[in-house]
Amino acid sequence: MSLTSRFASIRNGDSVDFSKVPVVPIEDFRSSILKMAAAKHRLCALFSQATDDRAPAGLLAVLADDIGGRLYLAASQPAASYPTLTPELPQAHLFEREIHESSGVLPEGHPWLKPVRRALADKTPFFQEQGEEVHEVAVGPIHAGIIEPGHFRFQCHGETVHHLEIQLGYQHRGAERLLSAGPDRRSMAVAESICGDTAIAHAWAHCMIREALAGASVSLRDEALRAVVLEVERLSNHIGDLGAISNDIGYLPATAYFGRMRGDFLNMLMLVSGNRYGKGMLQPGGAAFDIPDGMRAQMIETVRRSVTQVKEVADMFFGEPSVISRLEETGTVSMKVCEDLGLVGVCARAAGLDRDVRQDHPFGLYRFRHIPVIKLDSGDVFARAMVRFLEAQRSLEFLNALLENLPEASAGSPCGTPAGNRLSVSLIEGWRGEVCHVAKTGRDGRFEWYKVIDPSFHNWIGLAMALRGGEISDFPLSNKSFNLSYAGHDL
Amino acid sequence: METLKFIASYLTIVLLAPPVMLGIINKTKAAVAGRKGPPVLQPLHDTIKLLGKGAVYSETTTWMFRLGPVVSLAAVIAAASLVPLAGAPLVSFNGDAILFAYLFALGRFVTVTAALDTGSSFEGMGASREVAFSSLAEPALILAFAGLAYRAGEFSLVRMFAPHGGLNSAASTILALGSLFVVLLAENSRIPVDDPNTHLELTMIHEVMVLDHGGPDLAFILHGAGLKLVLMAGLLVRLILPELPMLGSAGSLLLGLAAAAVLIGLVESSMARLRLVRVPQLLVAAICAATFGLILTLR
Repeated sequence: MSLTSRFASIRNGDSVDFSKVPVVPIEDFRSSILKMAAAKHRLCALFSQATDDRAPAGLLAVLADDIGGRLYLAASQPAASYPTLTPELPQAHLFEREIHESSGVLPEGHPWLKPVRRALADKTPFFQEQGEEVHEVAVGPIHAGIIEPGHFRFQCHGETVHHLEIQLGYQHRGAERLLSAGPDRRSMAVAESICGDTAIAHAWAHCMIREALAGASVSLRDEALRAVVLEVERLSNHIGDLGAISNDIGYLPATAYFGRMRGDFLNMLMLVSGNRYGKGMLQPGGAAFDIPDGMRAQMIETVRRSVTQVKEVADMFFGEPSVISRLEETGTVSMKVCEDLGLVGVCARAAGLDRDVRQDHPFGLYRFRHIPVIKLDSGDVFARAMVRFLEAQRSLEFLNALLENLPEASAGSPCGTPAGNRLSVSLIEGWRGEVCHVAKTGRDGRFEWYKVIDPSFHNWIGLAMALRGGEISDFPLSNKSFNLSYAGHDL
Repeated sequence: METLKFIASYLTIVLLAPPVMLGIINKTKAAVAGRKGPPVLQPLHDTIKLLGKGAVYSETTTWMFRLGPVVSLAAVIAAASLVPLAGAPLVSFNGDAILFAYLFALGRFVTVTAALDTGSSFEGMGASREVAFSSLAEPALILAFAGLAYRAGEFSLVRMFAPHGGLNSAASTILALGSLFVVLLAENSRIPVDDPNTHLELTMIHEVMVLDHGGPDLAFILHGAGLKLVLMAGLLVRLILPELPMLGSAGSLLLGLAAAAVLIGLVESSMARLRLVRVPQLLVAAICAATFGLILTLR
């Protein structure tokens, strides 16, 4: 029996009849996940299908074959506990903590079984180091500056960080519960609010789920419009991040210039959708607004101007020796660590991993038009900044070409109601990395459960690893180079 | 009458030069970044605003915490009386340069103790960094002073930093100037050593030690820090800028201070902050420059 036969196989943005998803005994479930992971499959999601009414929840695993472009699904129904996967498969660590928190199923032998979001309410102890010369520094949850809440606990020896524990959960709003009450008129707004700076990627992931479940198709023009706003979202965030990194190292001119350019891209989203973060642009079945010719010309002009401006400022920034010496070898994450912990997006590509949903599991317009994947190998703050700059350039080129040749408008079919008892997975490459939505409908076509995995969920542990053995004074800069979402993690 | 006028101009400089100098630095940085920037007098408004506020004290702190801002400002003002700000200093004697250096050290000592008094891990970290770096900045300062004093034949600031004085060769003057400028940047928590504008506690040196101070205490600290900058820049200005006849000694000093502020603003705009572990290397370089300057003078 081949390995993949224990799994249902689908492509990104497809749906499958839930009865076709094999339910295997937990021992087989465990061993086949481990075997798949050994064969370079990535754990996209592992969660319990907990709903309000059905008590014993089954586990569901989604594994991605990034080379073959397929997703593998399997389910299992463990008793009260099962032997944990984490020691053998570190990328499952946070998923298993979440399973324990949401369903009570115990991953036996998990090395650090703290609740993911309820640790504060439960007063769970933090990791501690003992000794005369070590000291503990606690930062947050309220920070200097206007950012989201999160608590960081450093175990330090002088200026050197031995261990960093990141405790989140302050932003938990119950997004998954709100979404699983749908689909209804509120669903899109909730999806767009999962993580405010990734509104378009989450909206797209939700739309893809709805379209897959309803069997609707999106017109080529609308696919193009979605790709336009997704790339503009990427640009505004990448350029904004470069400015923020520059600010953290006290290099002011680049901060000011990048900051202004970020405004150009936010204004472009404002122009298209009436919202600076592109909220309201997407809707199941297509896009809510078209880009008429006048607006298109205006956007092409901004894109062309930005091509030169981004290059000029980036040349100034990366050409400054004091900037390079500050960024290089700060907050390094090795490729091995990225692979073991299942990091995604900019952090993974900066460490040499070739992970980009737009290439590996192409969706929407990316099935027809490709963006080259940027990959660096040093895994430090410099690489993460450089990946952002290079991706911004690729996005600008993509936008320039696409806006020149927007496909003709054609009528798409409106998105109907989802079919019953089906499951769908959607992956979107947001600017931070892979946004994953998984949902299952009940017999009536309403969601039974809805699972969201923001790239931040994978990547926060990467920040902790980047700090290990580093200087505590490098934390703010490393943190900025990851720029992860608190809300996206806490849901 | 002359004395009264002298004291009045001295006081004006001590009170107004620090905020204006900080204002010019900020304006320069804004201009380089293509921004408008806050008004030049903004730091003065901030100080006045802070003086009108109440103060909040943590229950875990003692009198040491309240002593910090007062003594550190007093120490810097005492140091100001030794610096020829309005043509001549208020007080001058052989050896006042050493007193000058140690008044700065006293100010630092009380600031650090006040920071440790809060028991906050941030402030402890800042205190440890401040002490570590100033233990390297101090030798650079004393060595640069030594060369100047040897040339002047006296350890008093007014003779050491006399206009047209300088050292016996251009090279030794440049070396002394260079090391004093690095000490100035380090002592006044400017880029590349520290970032006065950051909000990131974990990277701060000086700012993190004063996080728990507010109201008038913070005003004292800010004014003291600004005055420290004026004093060090003032000495450098006297060393290189000849007195301009149409402006008088106080006028040429102010002009020089404005130029120094622009220079500091340009330095801050043109480079990123150093990684914290690299700061000692910069300070050791300053010590080396000062030592070579001294050797050239003694030769």
